[in-house]
Amino acid sequence: MAHLAPTPVLEPGQDRTMILNMGPQHPSTHGVLRVLLEIDGETIVRIMPDIGFLHTGIEKTCEAKFYQQVVPLTDRIDYLCPLTNNLCYALAVEKLLGLEIPPKAQWLRVLLNELTRINSHLVWLGTHAMDIGALTVFLYCFREREEVLNMFEMVSGQRMMTSYFRVGGIALEPPLEFFERVREFAGRFPEKVDEYENLLTGNPIWMMRTKGVARLSAEDAIALGASGPTLRGSGVDIDLRRDMPYSGYENFKFKVPVAQEGDVFARYMCRVRELRESNEIVKQALDGMPEGRIKADAPGVVLPDREKMKTEMEALIYHFKIITEGFAVPAGEVYQAVESPRGEMGYYIVSDGTAKPYRVHMRAACLANLQTLPKMCEGGLIADVVAAIGSIDIVLGEIDR
Amino acid sequence: MALVPAITDVEQLKGHPAVGRLLAWNRAAVADVKFDRDEMTIWIDPAKLREACALLRDDADCAFNFLSDVTCVDWYPAEPRFEVVYHLLSIPKKERVRLKVRLDSASPAVESLTSLWPGANYFEREVFDLFGIRFTGHPYMRRLLMPEDWEGHPLRKDYPVEGYR
Repeated sequence: MAHLAPTPVLEPGQDRTMILNMGPQHPSTHGVLRVLLEIDGETIVRIMPDIGFLHTGIEKTCEAKFYQQVVPLTDRIDYLCPLTNNLCYALAVEKLLGLEIPPKAQWLRVLLNELTRINSHLVWLGTHAMDIGALTVFLYCFREREEVLNMFEMVSGQRMMTSYFRVGGIALEPPLEFFERVREFAGRFPEKVDEYENLLTGNPIWMMRTKGVARLSAEDAIALGASGPTLRGSGVDIDLRRDMPYSGYENFKFKVPVAQEGDVFARYMCRVRELRESNEIVKQALDGMPEGRIKADAPGVVLPDREKMKTEMEALIYHFKIITEGFAVPAGEVYQAVESPRGEMGYYIVSDGTAKPYRVHMRAACLANLQTLPKMCEGGLIADVVAAIGSIDIVLGEIDR
Repeated sequence: MALVPAITDVEQLKGHPAVGRLLAWNRAAVADVKFDRDEMTIWIDPAKLREACALLRDDADCAFNFLSDVTCVDWYPAEPRFEVVYHLLSIPKKERVRLKVRLDSASPAVESLTSLWPGANYFEREVFDLFGIRFTGHPYMRRLLMPEDWEGHPLRKDYPVEGYR
């Protein structure tokens, strides 16, 4: 957050350009992004994103919490994909501990992760289309998103801040109707994606507003640290789920959509195809769901079942100890990255051998993706800035942390 | 996936492409190595960091062409106090490596990587903002998240969690 100094007054003759302030309270900046635009008529000369309005110091807060108490904080980083953040944190701590996670928990994590991706992409599609002027799509997307949120509520009791994945497994066994409901949703969902595509993909107005707009070359995308659909839209074929699998993703078959053009339309196509691929993964996860436990066999780390806690003394002692003094994690450091809906979400955790993390750092995909904005917009028109911001799918909670 | 002890012997880790390449280039620039929990960490002499990164990026066998992340760890009150941590990813080889530099608390500064990866810009500004590490050669070394007139660097260990009252 910067730029306290007022805009300098220019000498006569030098005032070809003017500074225009956009945000932080602007509906198309998806939260509190402030963008300073230096414009020459309608053309962008310079664009400077200004961030930090949502900075809450989550990384500092994590250092004062037990490992298990950090989980609810991770939800709040990227509030459109809380389960992805839960997963990434849980995987990182499990790697530090050297814990083995039972197959059923892994598959459930994959299933819910892909539902989260659908949820996040639906919000993106709805708001992105609305920014550009296609208002109807928003209502359609939120209709399906509501169903996904209801399913999250079924398993975790919360619609958005789920905290459902814990270190060592999953909080609760999902209710039986849950799988029926997901199956029904997954069967219906491809038609819904067709519906969105009918409204947008071939629509001449949509194509005029997105094709050839805000181009980003593959070299620039890599150099600027872009990841996820922003990188794949520029023709770089990398997806951490396929290339560096985690949580049992190697057992799933799916395609990674890549587009070559690097414009707003290419990023749009990548995400819409990802919606379909995620739905396929959800179906595979339902069909192949293994039986067994949903928590690792690690009594000092994983909370005992409620029943056991009431009937067995050891379980009660473990429960008391985990709640009051946490669990110690062997000293060391790990960097765990997962493919979030926005790109490479990474957790870097340093342990000094105590029950509280010494350092937790979140590698926010959006922070790096936002740096591509000047490359996309400079030389373009003001009206396309909104399309460019929408196409990198920013979440300010993750950028500012 | 039980834990195995970390390997810190340079001779045993020579086989790793990044370690091998850096040792062949300049043995003195590699301060330490560690292989722990399937992750490779290399400590580099701060003065040689930029050259080492350029080498790893451009070498065909390493091809660490993507800078994932830059962050820092404060080991207060130990000296050298700061460790700046760089995570590199090789998109063609699907491989990661972690580079670290150790910095004293007196006037912590290290060369900026923005000339190699322009994407280092925000990451380095964030580290400067929250830890007070200076990156020489950075085009715009200003605070990123905290207000411009903020005093102190919040993620340092001697900064209270509730802030100064």
